[in-house]
Amino acid sequence: MRLNCPICGERDRREFYYKGDAVELDRPDPNAGSEAWDDYLHNRDNPAGETRDLWHHESGCGAWLVVTRNTLTHEVLRCELAGANTQ
Amino acid sequence: MRIAGKGLNPNAKPLTFTFDGRTYTGLEGDTLASALLANGVRLVGRSFKYHRPRGILTAGSEEPNALVTTGEGPAQDPNQRATTLELYDGLVARSQNAWPSLKYDAMAINDIASPFLSAGFYYKTFMWPQSFWEKLYEPIIRRAAGLGALSGQANEDLYEKVFAHCDVLVIGAGPSGIMAALTAARAGADVILADESSEYGGRLLSETFDVGGQPGANWVADQIAELAAMDNVRLMSRTTVTGAYDQGTFGALEQLNARGGPKECFWRIVCKHSVLCAGALERPIAFPNNDRPGIMMASAVRSYLNRCGVAPGRTVSVFCNNDDAHRTAVDLIDAGVDVAAVIDSRTDAPTMGQYRLIKGGRVIGTKGRHRVTHVSVSTAEGIEHISTDCLAMSGGWNPTVHLTCHMNGRPDWNDAVLSFVPGENAVPNMSVAGSAAGHMSTLACLTSGAEIGADVARGLCLSPKVVVPTAEDAPYRIEALWQVEGKGRKWLDFQNDVHVKDVQLAAQENFRSVEHMKRYTTQGMATDQGKNSNVQALAVLADATGRGIPDTGTTTFRPPYVPVSIGAMGAGGQGKGFAPERLTTSHQASVDRGAPMIEAGLWYRPSYFPKPTETTWLDSCNREVGYVRNAVGVCDVSTLGKIDIQGPDAAAFLDFVYCNTFSTLKENRVRYGLMLREDGHVMDDGTTARIGPNHYVMTTTTAAAGQVMTHLEWVAQALRPDLNVRFASVTEHWAQFAIAGSKARELLNTMLDDPIDDDQWPFMSCGVVSLGGVSARLFRISFSGEHAYELAVPARFGASLFRQLVAQAEGMGGGAYGMEALNVLRIEKGFITHAEIHGRITAFDLGLDRLVSQKKDCIGNAASRREGLLAPQREQLVGLKPVDKAGKMTAGAHLFGNGADAVSANDQGYVTSVCFSPTLGHSIGMGFLIDGPNRIGERIQLVDHMRDVQTLCEVCSPVFFDPDGGRARG
Amino acid sequence: MGYSALKIIKEGLFGQRGWKPVWRDPEPKSEYDVIVIGGGGHGLSTAYYLAKEHGITNVAVLEKGYIGGGNVGRNTTIVRANYMLPGNSEFYSHSLKLWENMEQDLNYNTMMSQRGVMMLCHSDGQRDMFARRGNAMVNQGDDAELLTPEQVRAEAPMIDFDNVRFPIYGGLMHRRGGTARHDAVAWGYARGADQRGVDIIQNCEVTGIDIEGGVVKGVQTTRGAIRTKKVAIVVAGRSSLVGAMAGLRLPIESHVLQAFVSEGLKPLMPGVISFGMGHFYISQSDKGGLVFGGDIDFYKSYAARGNLPMKEHVMEAAMTLMPSIAKAKVLRSWGGVMDMSPDGSPIIDKTDTQGLFLNCGWCYGGFKAVPGSGFSYAHLIATGTHHAPAARFLMNRFRSGAVLMDEEGTGSQHNLH
Repeated sequence: MRLNCPICGERDRREFYYKGDAVELDRPDPNAGSEAWDDYLHNRDNPAGETRDLWHHESGCGAWLVVTRNTLTHEVLRCELAGANTQ
Repeated sequence: MRIAGKGLNPNAKPLTFTFDGRTYTGLEGDTLASALLANGVRLVGRSFKYHRPRGILTAGSEEPNALVTTGEGPAQDPNQRATTLELYDGLVARSQNAWPSLKYDAMAINDIASPFLSAGFYYKTFMWPQSFWEKLYEPIIRRAAGLGALSGQANEDLYEKVFAHCDVLVIGAGPSGIMAALTAARAGADVILADESSEYGGRLLSETFDVGGQPGANWVADQIAELAAMDNVRLMSRTTVTGAYDQGTFGALEQLNARGGPKECFWRIVCKHSVLCAGALERPIAFPNNDRPGIMMASAVRSYLNRCGVAPGRTVSVFCNNDDAHRTAVDLIDAGVDVAAVIDSRTDAPTMGQYRLIKGGRVIGTKGRHRVTHVSVSTAEGIEHISTDCLAMSGGWNPTVHLTCHMNGRPDWNDAVLSFVPGENAVPNMSVAGSAAGHMSTLACLTSGAEIGADVARGLCLSPKVVVPTAEDAPYRIEALWQVEGKGRKWLDFQNDVHVKDVQLAAQENFRSVEHMKRYTTQGMATDQGKNSNVQALAVLADATGRGIPDTGTTTFRPPYVPVSIGAMGAGGQGKGFAPERLTTSHQASVDRGAPMIEAGLWYRPSYFPKPTETTWLDSCNREVGYVRNAVGVCDVSTLGKIDIQGPDAAAFLDFVYCNTFSTLKENRVRYGLMLREDGHVMDDGTTARIGPNHYVMTTTTAAAGQVMTHLEWVAQALRPDLNVRFASVTEHWAQFAIAGSKARELLNTMLDDPIDDDQWPFMSCGVVSLGGVSARLFRISFSGEHAYELAVPARFGASLFRQLVAQAEGMGGGAYGMEALNVLRIEKGFITHAEIHGRITAFDLGLDRLVSQKKDCIGNAASRREGLLAPQREQLVGLKPVDKAGKMTAGAHLFGNGADAVSANDQGYVTSVCFSPTLGHSIGMGFLIDGPNRIGERIQLVDHMRDVQTLCEVCSPVFFDPDGGRARG
Repeated sequence: MGYSALKIIKEGLFGQRGWKPVWRDPEPKSEYDVIVIGGGGHGLSTAYYLAKEHGITNVAVLEKGYIGGGNVGRNTTIVRANYMLPGNSEFYSHSLKLWENMEQDLNYNTMMSQRGVMMLCHSDGQRDMFARRGNAMVNQGDDAELLTPEQVRAEAPMIDFDNVRFPIYGGLMHRRGGTARHDAVAWGYARGADQRGVDIIQNCEVTGIDIEGGVVKGVQTTRGAIRTKKVAIVVAGRSSLVGAMAGLRLPIESHVLQAFVSEGLKPLMPGVISFGMGHFYISQSDKGGLVFGGDIDFYKSYAARGNLPMKEHVMEAAMTLMPSIAKAKVLRSWGGVMDMSPDGSPIIDKTDTQGLFLNCGWCYGGFKAVPGSGFSYAHLIATGTHHAPAARFLMNRFRSGAVLMDEEGTGSQHNLH
């Protein structure tokens, strides 16, 4: 598997660390309540198909990426900087 | 039998080899299989289950029968296919899975008992009495099972792994692969052409076809010469592409067999496009007793004849359902070998030469124990027995679709070729050419290869030209023939001994799904992965269930295409190669002092520094603890993670990643920090120093340094991009040493350019100092509870500084201390490590919940307030000491109420860290106990079944020594 | 029809004609008392125990493909009860006891072989953690021994004690652990359930779950609608997708776990050996193949196939631990889809919808749980109360944070367990 880091170009999967679904970008307010935090920390759409998830170019530039992929085919559709995503 | 004048290399030199202890002569260019056939050896192996005598079936990597072991000692290499094993002078090969000998194999008794050993019989018996499975049945089964044996000795061969990148990977260098590679390469594409054989050309080496007006092999040589001369082409022979993976990544196994060099190399090839030109594999026909030695694939007979100059028999017969196999007879007759008959199941079979043709004939039986002697043929006139010592069979050809299935692609049934062909777009950016795509004539293969090569080149914005040489273009004429009626077992999977009735029994018992049939009968699970047998077995299953073959479907082909050694795919991992070794700057000095170096993550750290008079590690440890408690000790703490954090928002950032507050920390001061995971549990702890207005240096534990760095990047980039802060790991940049003990400052002042005092350098202060002109960082922090410092210098000065510090300490009644002493010192003070913060622990559990500031948000703050993480029934940190001072304590022991049975229901907690405290003169420990802080003074039973320890302990504060901390401050 | 050696001899003499289908292929009825969605190991054992323990036989197991085609048919066949934390300990202890009597109970040889599971430790700290685990196992009534390096060497002489990157400090031996023939477990439970009247319906994909007013009414399938009052979801690997049919958003992420088998070799592995520093575990099948695996591929996937980095990592671990298997050749690799939960432990629970039950989140440890999971799930479905050994596998533990069963201590990130 290969990911196209926006900074470094296409690199092998083994340079990257995977964290989880991109919903983790949407951190709730600290006082959002236990249901919101439970949902944020634990529950996932987990789709069979297109998904967005978080990868860290750990052995490269260190950028955190939002990768749009297909979980059935492993096709990679987009790789974007996670920082750019929330700013 | 060697045929003079045949074979591709007329000047081949003789080579000597042995098989099962007998010495034979072969020729350069032979495989072990062709050399054995040349020497008239027919019996080369025994089948897995019934130990039936077996010969050579094929001439390729799909061989199911002729598996041998080569080499001695650590070089012993089992389960090698004689059909791909290149002969070399001195090769020693042995047959497998037969006792006492290949010819007289005692386990052949299984064949006699075979009516009682039908498919899946073992699921129905061996259940009584219950204990006999492990004691009796299974050991017998295990001893009987298995093919070859490993030596049991550690590997001594070299294996390699390499990455390669190209525009176009062409898999297979037969006619279509050569054309695809040539067309793309001539247009300028970077091409890798890989072929599993030792020579390029594929079937063209085994056939007598002309291409471009010259013999096929000559044409191949010309094209390969052209490719070899191009800078943009890498030719890889003996290289089997074993797997297709995501984004154009392929695995490939190269057999180097280089004496003294690597044995094998595993390639990771990344390409923009791939072209599968893997050809097709001929399939057997299921007729009674079709497994005797001497019964071979028709194409294999031609390979041995035309490529190696070996006739596998003196009087050969052919049994087929297609035109192609007739050429076997034609080639044999041309070479002067007798052909007894061509038996073609088709009533309208054409004649292609001067041989006896039996139209509409079927082989319904064979004779010959260790090699075939007769075949019985059913014809329109009746049954005829034909004397023959080799039967060449062909049930047609199966396109080699395997790689197209590795990414979940399903092949499609094709009625024209009566087999499966690759599904559309089964692997992204892979095209399929030649007979792998169902093109069966040479011209069709050449043309499809050239056209696909051109397509691929155009996809790379190049301008290819398609030039196709002349070649034969015979139609592929075939009639379905999967099995022949008649008495006797009709073998499908030769190695696993699966025959037609097994598949029918599976259907009868409702293992009707093709996957159930496979798993129940083991059909297709042998080392050939069903390459020889899957399609026939599907046809038999389809017949038994009344479904068509397309509806029956196939099992899934999974990587690897051919078996790959663990040594090749795991190259580099042996010994210390598995993970990097990180060494501190004081490593050599520690080794020189005799310190055993132990693993701490990837690092090595000194366990203790033994003196000649000391007999146990504990003696050394106790002495080193004494250095720190009584004088001064020196310890390399460089392995702790160091992260340099800078920026106008550095303070706000630290407030967000630590649960306690850092923005209030004054310059030149250090503070302990506790870092939570977002789920509210403790991630790590450490000290962070403010060394400038917007400049901090964070330390992490050795174990969590990488995790913390990744976490900080995550928080900064993804959650708080509003904060202007940057950081870098500087763990390797600084060598850092703890100098601990009442004489620590005295020691430092012997070395610092400007002496320090307590007023300028109070506890938890930090700053820059100078050592012989070298700028260093000094932190007055303590992990021992003593007056202590950590001194950091650029790493290049580390080795020198350590030696000087230790020398100075030794002059003051102290010296170096290792991990054992460090551990004792921290337990005496109740300081935690990852033994305590093991991932399930909260700040509350540690008694540090006050640190979780409720005035600000931070990572983990919200989740740490979950009611389940603050409940008194949680196990919380306590100290433990034996009631009887001689009492033994062990980490990993569980805690029970005094007098309670040591069973789960009574479990009160567990012990995380234990040591003998030389300072206090007894064992001490830390652990987690339900509602622990409220049970100080209570007596509790420590039970360790693993070490047979049971000790009555008193619950106490985890701070055993100097509870008010005066020594660190003073 | 009982299986026995005598029956085999009789059938052998008479051409195997008397063997009957191991399970029937009935048409789905219009209504069942319980519908089990998922014909994997857990689903089939659930149906079996519903019938055997609770007399509930009007049960359909609906399987989208062929039974036993998911993770029960593709795993490294390891059976063990070496858990440390309350919740897991009692559950796997119960499950192992069911394993020990499975063959006689099912009249089907699942080849459960108690050849031992040995976990290797590589530092003093790890050994202490193993001691804690071993003590938890003994406290639970199971077996555990902490082995010295010398004892490990005696058990597994093929390990490279001299050059291995992470030296062997000892091991935790669990002798009652071992391996079993994975497919046979599915088939044995299917046969047992079928004999008790359960309808096993293959090629029947559930496409919807009918819920009215918070109460389950039935399911929609590719073979028509079926009415029922109780629907039991047990579809590890696809839990989120089937759960979504009932409006559930689950604490699950799907990840691929690969496994590998070598060509057949003469016996060399004593039992199961697990190398903690390399996430590598290996055993040898009765046929002689080395069966081994490692960690998940770490990225969310439903592809049921893995990639090279983890394959190579697993082989590299093999090479540092036991370089004597360098010349064993990998014959097949495969990937299963794992339900990764936020604490690495499963869920067997009711849902807010009346009559809808959920069994998921087995991460990559589901095989050994097959009997226990079915037993406890059947208990919950039949009685409406949690079976004691599985009473902590509740969904609300994540919200409250109480009784998390995070054996790895890696926290709420799904892929780290």
